[in-house]
Amino acid sequence: MNVINEMHIRFQSKSTNESFARSVISAFVLELDPTISELADIKTAVSEAVTNSIVHGYCRESGMIYIDAKITDARKVIIKIRDKGIGIKDISRAMQPLFTTAAEEERAGLGFAVMQSFMDDVKVRSKPGQGTTVTLTKQIVPLR
Amino acid sequence: MLNTDYKDDILTVFLSGEIDHNRAVGIRSAIDSQINALRPRRLELDFSDVSFMDSSGIGLIMGRYRAVGLIGGDLRIINVPDNLNRIIELSGVTTLGVLR
Ligand SMILES: Nc1ncnc2c1ncn2[C@@H]1O[C@H](COP(=O)(O)OP(=O)(O)OP(=O)(O)O)[C@@H](O)[C@H]1O
Ligand SMILES: [Mg+2]
Repeated sequence: MNVINEMHIRFQSKSTNESFARSVISAFVLELDPTISELADIKTAVSEAVTNSIVHGYCRESGMIYIDAKITDARKVIIKIRDKGIGIKDISRAMQPLFTTAAEEERAGLGFAVMQSFMDDVKVRSKPGQGTTVTLTKQIVPLR
Repeated sequence: MLNTDYKDDILTVFLSGEIDHNRAVGIRSAIDSQINALRPRRLELDFSDVSFMDSSGIGLIMGRYRAVGLIGGDLRIINVPDNLNRIIELSGVTTLGVLR
């Protein structure tokens, strides 16, 4: 499995950058000619992870968010979203549907559930005080 | 900034574009100030022109369900485009009985 394309971006944890991140990732995966629904899945999952870094990772503070994305010759897309924010104490608890630490901000606790349902694989690495890395993987179906 | 219609005690809000965390915050306060001013018997959220939504949109729906419930009104979600079906189903909004 060889990497045929790769990109790295970093941007501030401002909520206007949620749509920026979605646009960048769509443009990046376009070379695989994904279906409309594959593209929507990837945009939604990235939006969830970036929003989490902004609202939870950095709370109201400002910090940098990093996205590293790769495309392999097997038409696999691998996207890493990373922050250096507060981190997650109990990852498996955080990933349970409806679990949220921000109910008063009208968060539904569904971000990870959406990522898991829309992507093939979701991996989370995190340490309190050091930050969080979410790795999203999706196989794009062969060209028709 | 919010496209709305008020008739027969029904407040209809025409949502549009991409509903993410960035936009949900403003939409939420705009709807809530209308709910408090008009005290409608029903709040209708029209999703016809919504092209994208993530879990922030679900939070927005759940929150308005509660907000309109607090003044004794009910919520209706109307004209959900096909591309939003999966996130709506996953969210459990369906079980509230508000979808039309
Ligand atoms: N990058 C992050 N940094 C710190 N904590 C995080 C991060 N991402 C997620 N979390 C924690 O995991 C919990 C669950 O995240 P998830 O995205 O599933 O739900 P939510 O963000 O609370 O609500 P929703 O995504 O539905 O708006 C969050 O409430 C938060 O406590
Ligand atoms: Mg979230």
